[in-house]
Formats: sequence, structure tokens, C-alpha cells
Amino acid sequence: MGSNYDDYSFSEIVLGQEQLDSIETILTDELVESGVHSVLLIDLAGNIIAHRDNGNCDHDVYSLSALASANFAAVDTMAKIVGEEEFSLLFHKGENESIHFSKVNDEFLLIAVFGKKVTLGLLRLKVAEAIEKINTIIQQ
Amino acid sequence: MGSDYDDNASFSDFSLGPEQLEAIESVLQEELIDSGVHSVMVIDMAGNIISQLDNGNCDHDLYSLAALASANFAAVDTMAKIVGEEEFSLLFHKGESENIHFSKINAEFLLITIFGKDVTLGILRLKVAEAIQKINAIWE
Amino acid sequence: MAFVNMKSKEVQAKIVFYGPGRGGKTTNLEYIYGKFRERIKSEMVSIKTHGDRTLFFDFLPFDIGKIMGYDVKVQLYTVPGQVKYDATRKLVLKGVDGVVFVADSQVEQRKKNVQALKNLQDNLATYKKSIFKVPLVLQYNKRDLKDVPILPMEVMEKDLNSQLKVPSFGASAVTGHNVVPTLKKIISATMASMQNVLK
Repeated sequence: MGSNYDDYSFSEIVLGQEQLDSIETILTDELVESGVHSVLLIDLAGNIIAHRDNGNCDHDVYSLSALASANFAAVDTMAKIVGEEEFSLLFHKGENESIHFSKVNDEFLLIAVFGKKVTLGLLRLKVAEAIEKINTIIQQ
Repeated sequence: MGSDYDDNASFSDFSLGPEQLEAIESVLQEELIDSGVHSVMVIDMAGNIISQLDNGNCDHDLYSLAALASANFAAVDTMAKIVGEEEFSLLFHKGESENIHFSKINAEFLLITIFGKDVTLGILRLKVAEAIQKINAIWE
Repeated sequence: MAFVNMKSKEVQAKIVFYGPGRGGKTTNLEYIYGKFRERIKSEMVSIKTHGDRTLFFDFLPFDIGKIMGYDVKVQLYTVPGQVKYDATRKLVLKGVDGVVFVADSQVEQRKKNVQALKNLQDNLATYKKSIFKVPLVLQYNKRDLKDVPILPMEVMEKDLNSQLKVPSFGASAVTGHNVVPTLKKIISATMASMQNVLK
């Protein structure tokens, strides 16, 4: 039992500054430029790895990522209880704002907050492209 | 500590009479189980199971499922508030063979259904809406 | 908000283990799960991170038998203790019927215990519940630690219990010392608060 407990858990994957810069560029180019309001790359513990937005969002992204990781884990556990490997992608639709969740790999989730200007079809396409590029960077 | 606290809130245990519970069970049976739903539960937002029925072929861990469903519902609801939405539309998770559908009955209760491929989402939504209407009538 | 099912004569009550991160909340539930294996039909559900920290909650349903003619099912939950998980921690408290506050006896954690207790008070208040009214038991965990300095019981009482004046136990969730007495105490306090409904 160590006495050096800290309050932060670090993800297994350590990303360098260059990698983080590249990821931020992808989030901006693929998603924010396509009209997504806010996009977060988080780990499964709810820590924010990268965050970009269109400059008009003042969401509490720390709470959002804690809730998103909990939501993802709870849904995953429910899937197991009813005998499923996993449920398909998570998507929450609101009047104006919607949230889309995607698994990047075993460690990371991509959370996109978007409005009516972006169709779900376009969003899925852009998210898939972004994930592919992010995975390439992470594997470097 | 003053009058800001609702004294009853600490002790606001509630109960439903046997007649009401039986009426609710009949609704669940007729509207949902008879339509091919595998398992259905009415739960409260604290995760307690109010009423539960299945087709006799389910052995899911329902107490865990109720705990997860209520907590997850609350997490999604909080995310909605963070991005400025009143609430997100119905929750639905699709698996290979089993799906879960969540519906709000009123401010305190949720209806959780587990169903397979033999029920379409369209029919399910219709039946769930009917069941909710009838359950609310029983409570009133 | 406990649920009393008059038809099946069943009561469900929610007891939440609260406290600072790494204080031993999950370990309490794991001990109870191991000890009462035969009475607990389902698996313990733990929503945790890869680093084995509680992310959302642990859940353990526990049949405690008949009280006043009702089958009583106690649903034990833990909250995530880490400060950054306040949004999810608050959600687990919804509808709580009884709270065990698990404090960490390490001298180093003294401030965190006080902060976590304040956080409990604040989060209960968001549900219009008073920490002075909710059934509550304090557990001073990790009394077994030998290699690091721990706080005397009197100091912990003064820090955490001088106003609340609720039952408290020195305990060790790892060895199981006083885990069951803590549980029994919170169950009886919770049931006592529900007596008017069960009559």
C-alpha cells in the first residue's frame, strides 16, 4: 500500500507533443471544419486527450467526458448481461444538439457534439476518416 | 440546516398496491410480452425494479441491469443538459441478436425492454408508447 | 427512495458507499461479496477503468431476509472517489436510502476525507437531502496499515463526526475487520428510517 496515491489515472498509451498536435489538426480539419461544434478524444477513464471546438461552445467538457466514459462503460456492461459482445455505436439525438460516440481503439473514444447542419451520414463518414488517421498516428 | 430541505425526500419511500402492480403486469404482458418482447421491466430512477415480466426464456441478471439502466439514463440526461438540451430522444442499443430499448414513463420511472429480431423497432415503439399511456393511467 | 412491493412483499433499498478515492469502498463490497457468496445470486458489477479504479459504480444486490414480513433486498453501490468524477458520483446518489462514508485512516489523506464528506453533503443537497437526516455510518478504514502513519481514531472522530454524531467503526476492508458490523449498522439504520412505511 503506497502512500503516493494520486488522483489521476494515466492511460497506458503515452502520446508525445507532436502526436497530440497532429491529432488536434485532424479533429479540426475533419470534424470542426465540417461543422461539428465540439469534438473530444478521451480515454476510457474519461480523461481528455485532445479537444477542439468551433469557438462558440462553452460546454463543461470535463463533466461531459466523465459522463461519456461512464455511459460507454455502462452500455458495454449491459450488452454483456444480455449476451451481446457489444452494442452498436452510441448516438444521442436532441432538438438542436446531438452527441455521437465512436470507439477509436481499446483505449480511446471520440465524442462529437454537432447540430442540425451536419447530417448523421456525413458525420459518420468524417468520424470514420478521423479515426483511421488518429489510429495511424497513435501507432507511430 | 433549514427549510431548503425536503424532509420527506429522505423518507419518500413509495409503494404501489397489489391491484396497481397487477394492472401494470397485465399491461406489460399484453402489450409487450405477447408482442414478442423477451423481457420487460419498470424501474425507478434509483434503479429499483417496480415490475418485471419475461417470456420464460430469459435469465438475465435483472437487478444489475436495472442498476445500470437507471445510472446510465441519468448520465445521458446530464450530458443532454451540458450541451443545452432538455433531453435526448429515446435510447436504443442494437446488438447482434438482442436489443435494449429505454423509455421514460414519467419523471420517476423508466420502461426497459429487451427484444430480438422478431420484433421491429417500429412495432416496439408503438407498443411501448401504448404501454406507457396505460401505465400512466393506472398511476393516476 | 426505497421501493416497497406490496404484491411480492419485497423491499428494495439503496445503500451507497461514499468517500475519497482509494479509500476502500470497492474493497468493502468485494469483501461482502466473498463473505456472503451463497446469498448473492448475481455477479458483482464493477464499472472500472483499465487501471482498476472505479469509473461509475460497483453494484451488489444483497438479500438480507425477512424484516417485518417483507423480503428485504439491499442494493449496495459504491461511487467513484476521484475528484474528477463528481458528475457521475452525484448520479449514483440518486434515490439513496443509506450511506456508508468510508474514510481513509492514512495521515496523508486527512484533508481528502474532509473534502469528500463535504462533497457528500453538497451532492445530497442537490437531491434535497440533508446529511444530518440521511441514515449514515462512518467507517475509518485501513486501521491495519503498519508502514505508513495513520490518524488516531479520536482525531478522525473530531474531523468527521463531531457534528454528525453517527455510528462509526475503525475497520480494515482488506482483512474484513468490522466490514460486516458496518454493513449491519447501516442496514438497521436504513430499515429504521423506513419503519413507518413497512407497518
